[in-house]
Amino acid sequence: MIEDNSLFGPVDAAPNAGDVAPPARVGFFTDTSVCIGCKACEVACKEWNGIPEDGINLLGSSYDNTGALGASTWRHVAFIEQTRPRPDDGHEQVRWLMSSDVCKHCTHAACLDVCPTGALFRTEFGTVVVQDDVCNGCGYCIPACPFGVIDQRKGPAGDRNVGLAQKCTLCYDRLLDDATPACATACPTESIQFGELDELRVRAARRLEALQNAGRSEARLYGEDPNDGVGGSGSMFLLLDEPEVYGLPPDPVVTTRDVMAMWRRAALAGGALVAGAVICFLGGQP
Amino acid sequence: MGTSFGRGGATSFLQDLANADCIVIQGSNMAECHPVGFQWVMEAKARGARVIHVDPRFTRTSALADAHVPLRAGSDIAFLGGIVNYVLGNGLEFREYVERYTNASYLVGADFGDTEDLDGLFSGFDPQARGYDPTTWQYEAQTPSVGDRSPVTDPTLTHPRCVFQILKRHFARYTPEMVQEVCGTPKELFLEVARAWTENSTRDRTTCLVYSVGWTHHSVGVQYIRTGAILQLLLGNMGRPGGGILALRGHASIQGSTDIPTLYNLLPGYLPMPQVGVHDELADYLGAIAGEGQKGYWPHADAYTVSLLRAWWGEAATADNDWAYGYLPKISGDHSTYQQVLDMIDGKILGYFLVGENPAVGSAHGKLQRLGMANLEWLVVRDFSLIESATFWRDGPEIATGELRTADIGTEVFFFPAAAHTEKEGTFTNTQRLVQWHHKAVEPAGDQRSDLHFYFHLGRILRERLRASTDPRDRPLLDLTWDYPTSGPTAEPSAEAVLAEINGVDRVTGRPLSSFTEMKVDGSTAGGCWIYTGIFADGINQAARRKPGQEQSWVAPEWGWAWPANRRTLYNRASADPDGRPWSERKAYVWWDAEQGRWTGHDVPDCVATTPPGYRPTPEARAEHRLAGDDPFIMQADGKGWLYAAKGLLDGPLPTHYEPAESPFRNPLYSQQASPARQIMARQENLSNPSPPEPHSEVFPYVFTTYRLTEHHTAGAMSRYLPYLAELQPEMFCEVSPALARERGLQHGGWATIATARTAIEARVLVTDRMASLTVQGKALHQVGLPYHWGQGGGLCTGDSANDLLGLTLDPNVHIQESKASSCDIRPGRRPTGPALLRYVEDYRSRAGITTATGTSAVTPPERAAP
Amino acid sequence: MGVRTFLGSWPVYRQLTGGDLLGRGSAATSPRTAALEPRTAGADRVVKSICPYCAVGCGQNVYVKDERVIQIEGDPDSPISRGRLCPKGSASKQLVTGSAREQHVLYRRPHGTQWERLDLGTAMEMVADRVLDARRRGWQDADGHGRALRRTTGLASLGGATLDNEENYLIKKLFTALGAIQIENQARI
Repeated sequence: MIEDNSLFGPVDAAPNAGDVAPPARVGFFTDTSVCIGCKACEVACKEWNGIPEDGINLLGSSYDNTGALGASTWRHVAFIEQTRPRPDDGHEQVRWLMSSDVCKHCTHAACLDVCPTGALFRTEFGTVVVQDDVCNGCGYCIPACPFGVIDQRKGPAGDRNVGLAQKCTLCYDRLLDDATPACATACPTESIQFGELDELRVRAARRLEALQNAGRSEARLYGEDPNDGVGGSGSMFLLLDEPEVYGLPPDPVVTTRDVMAMWRRAALAGGALVAGAVICFLGGQP
Repeated sequence: MGTSFGRGGATSFLQDLANADCIVIQGSNMAECHPVGFQWVMEAKARGARVIHVDPRFTRTSALADAHVPLRAGSDIAFLGGIVNYVLGNGLEFREYVERYTNASYLVGADFGDTEDLDGLFSGFDPQARGYDPTTWQYEAQTPSVGDRSPVTDPTLTHPRCVFQILKRHFARYTPEMVQEVCGTPKELFLEVARAWTENSTRDRTTCLVYSVGWTHHSVGVQYIRTGAILQLLLGNMGRPGGGILALRGHASIQGSTDIPTLYNLLPGYLPMPQVGVHDELADYLGAIAGEGQKGYWPHADAYTVSLLRAWWGEAATADNDWAYGYLPKISGDHSTYQQVLDMIDGKILGYFLVGENPAVGSAHGKLQRLGMANLEWLVVRDFSLIESATFWRDGPEIATGELRTADIGTEVFFFPAAAHTEKEGTFTNTQRLVQWHHKAVEPAGDQRSDLHFYFHLGRILRERLRASTDPRDRPLLDLTWDYPTSGPTAEPSAEAVLAEINGVDRVTGRPLSSFTEMKVDGSTAGGCWIYTGIFADGINQAARRKPGQEQSWVAPEWGWAWPANRRTLYNRASADPDGRPWSERKAYVWWDAEQGRWTGHDVPDCVATTPPGYRPTPEARAEHRLAGDDPFIMQADGKGWLYAAKGLLDGPLPTHYEPAESPFRNPLYSQQASPARQIMARQENLSNPSPPEPHSEVFPYVFTTYRLTEHHTAGAMSRYLPYLAELQPEMFCEVSPALARERGLQHGGWATIATARTAIEARVLVTDRMASLTVQGKALHQVGLPYHWGQGGGLCTGDSANDLLGLTLDPNVHIQESKASSCDIRPGRRPTGPALLRYVEDYRSRAGITTATGTSAVTPPERAAP
Repeated sequence: MGVRTFLGSWPVYRQLTGGDLLGRGSAATSPRTAALEPRTAGADRVVKSICPYCAVGCGQNVYVKDERVIQIEGDPDSPISRGRLCPKGSASKQLVTGSAREQHVLYRRPHGTQWERLDLGTAMEMVADRVLDARRRGWQDADGHGRALRRTTGLASLGGATLDNEENYLIKKLFTALGAIQIENQARI
């Protein structure tokens, strides 16, 4: 059904896409405070999903030689080096933040909303998946994503899925078999946790509280709030600094937020036209 | 570890880290090199443990630790010695543990001279032999000699010549100020570690020490580990849950390849390889392994040896021929890998097998490795891909410089493609002595074969060739038991049959042995590696046990099989007090159950299970029955943990800070600069950088250290060829501090050339605050970090090899090279190519006045007054 | 295909008749999506293994279909690794199935400039020839004092830490019987 929050605001994702009795919505909680930057998630993802190598280039960006999420990088570990004074004695202290980024599987996914072919769809698990056999490579989804996650695969024509929009599927095929996504399966320190979203929110809040009680006042959650610009994301994060530091938009908004209002206005305007015509028509009666 | 505790293996297991209250990781980059093992550090942290990383670099391990404590590469003994001094100076030792479980009370003979008295040398040094005569290091014997031959002791630990007091004096100058002077570690940070370590080492709390090759790769590597061992003994952490010393190893079965050794100086189960002049006859051999009156299990070495000889030579090994002991070849001196390489260059070695190892990239002094291989008659390489050691004749760096020409290299090279772990079955022994069976999933393709296949069939062919020989030298080969069953299209030998032979068998009944205690001296048992006996108990492959972890206790005794005797924590007798009660409820592990009359608990007890804590041996008692009920180190000749090593080490009974063989700094503790007993290999191909007090050390003003990254594996054969790993760390780089970058004009992302007396390599530059610049002896110290995974040859990503920079200076005890701390220069820009590279290096040599004599003094000559 | 089924496979029909008026959920699924299952579900067998990289000894489950490795994952039963793998362990499938692995014996003759193919059996015989020759030429019966050495220094071996214990055992046993003492591995490095 089309409701007020179909395209913006808090809503349950799978029923919003017409699933009558879906399983609980699932997602990721990535606790960056225990990430060791090993990149097992990147490799496990590629091995499972058969994603090609994405460029053998030294980027000079700390230990990150992957760069960003993209059509052939569905997990990306960011490395941030910081030097700041210790709060107690002012000694310069080095921090090395590591964080594994991934598709947010937004409650309101603009990529999906703008897809003209139905290649992107909302699964019964509440996740957002590209169907390779439907995608025609039009690319509308790419600018629609507020996180810059989805992209068109580049490469020699004829190679697997070249030209198609590609991104994390949250291992949709594995979910169908009650298995955990490949990245979360591999993660050595449980920095990437997979589970039912409601449960993950509780876990994330508990972890945040524990860290803050331990004096880590810089700890914060990201993507867990159903009232945020994307209706809450299916991939939430515990960060140790501002989202921008990790390359995450501080206040992401679904790019189709205003579509419903626009339609309403369009409908209103259309109605007014019709009404005007009717009035004119009726009024024209002698 | 062997010298201090009795066995050369990690004393605990990874899961046990979760029980630690404090974890000190030093000489190891655990999060990067053992990421999945690191989950247990994170588990401990989540339970409230304090995690400290002491390392020259701020690594991914430091990022997750509560504290990163920087120090100068090569200064760890000074750091740890500082903590020993902190413990002893403040009376923080675990007194009862030290009194009862260590050799602290033993009196050392009056002739012993310490480095503190002799300015950096122990008594007994012979400069000509470059080694020690350990006579003066011995304990004071009881006079008249009493039955148990034990030394004179002072249980009050106050006698000036008792080990405890010697230790105290030896480290007294290792003050926090001296630590700062030597290591560059700020005093407050050092004290933070000292406090955390000692506060978490009590009856109720334990600290685990984790190390890896950051400690072993030094000319005094064994002494690094000894210092850690001394600390863990003083603090009573050995044998206890959450305590111990966890040595992290870097290859799937590197522990196994030492236990069942592909090493020149060992036979299986740490039996020594017979040495000419020492072990000429079987009786000499056995007498040298266990002296008269020795406690523990080594006095049964006769049964282990006879069983081994019976396993190898079957019926041909008889009581009349001393069980074919004469079939064993004898070693004389050093035949280790680096000596071999020199022998190759000298034309003494004709043929060479490389089996899953890539020395052209992975061994120190790559040029020496390649020159050696280029001077062989033939070389066999067994690997997955065409690694640099297989292709040096066409793309080695010496081809580019013109030092070698392909057409001049006479080496015949055979490349045999190897089967992968999924294509064969067998066992790996992991870092915690745990032996795990891997099953075969699929057949290998084409000519790919297991090494089991290669060596079995090579042996079969050789035996066929010599079948008719009457030459006595061929008897050992012809009499060898070599009849393993084969199966399948490739006639793959049965790995399980080999494992059963390793386990051992009662030759009379055919029953597999269940424990090495069943081995006999009369030839009625056979067994290929006594410490692995029990792995095939009851005819069942115990290493293949896979009872899920979640269905058993946290010790998980039914997953795989650990040597010895499926014991997971070594020396666990020490987890109980002398009376057999746990030191505390919280740290209970094994304890004496008086009702049952035996030791019980979470693990297989590491003592005779029925020996009560109060047991005292009679003078007639032998071997394990000679151990008292409170002797927890059952493989030691005296049952005690050794704070002081009167024998077993060539470079001193106590660890002492020496500078690395190549160092820009003078040793601030002694006139003696580097370890006098370090093994040098002086020759034109192996020149050294000068170190103070030699002149011109300023030509190489920086310290470099080599290491691994998570994304690659050793010399790259199993990672640089994989797109998914190559893309994650695609290029050789160096890590430098912003201060060093400023000093030398290095640009982030640009190129740098790093030079030593051997060669110069190039690397992309990462300028990072993670490389701290420290102040050492009032001077700024800059360190250069160099991962060593790349080589000029195969793979999806290539680059210069950090190991090419290293020279060969070895630890005399184990012949391991110093590769974690050397001096170098670094300059912006790429290195010269072709013959120009040789001229570039020659210029460094001439500016530094380098000759073959540079860096070779055993005893540091007195300093000349400045002109 | 009946008209109803045909119609049912048409997304717009499903969009209008199902609860998914915006066509973003079940209405949009393609037949391939509907038939999707993880490739491991079709495995013929799962073989228990151990990771070949570092010495942590993580458990691996090797999924085999049609006698080919189709997936390698951490074994959740392992009390050490609890199902987890690092990037190298996670790349194990690429290690064992990747195109970088050689399948044929290669031979470089003395002074040669390129590789040549060699039959495996021939290569084994050639190596056997050379082992016997090098052994003979490097043979030492006794040292300068007449004490027995019974050894050869003509050949040497390096490697073992990546091999199975059983393989190391055969190497040590065979070399020792040959009198060859120069056996070493990564533990020295």
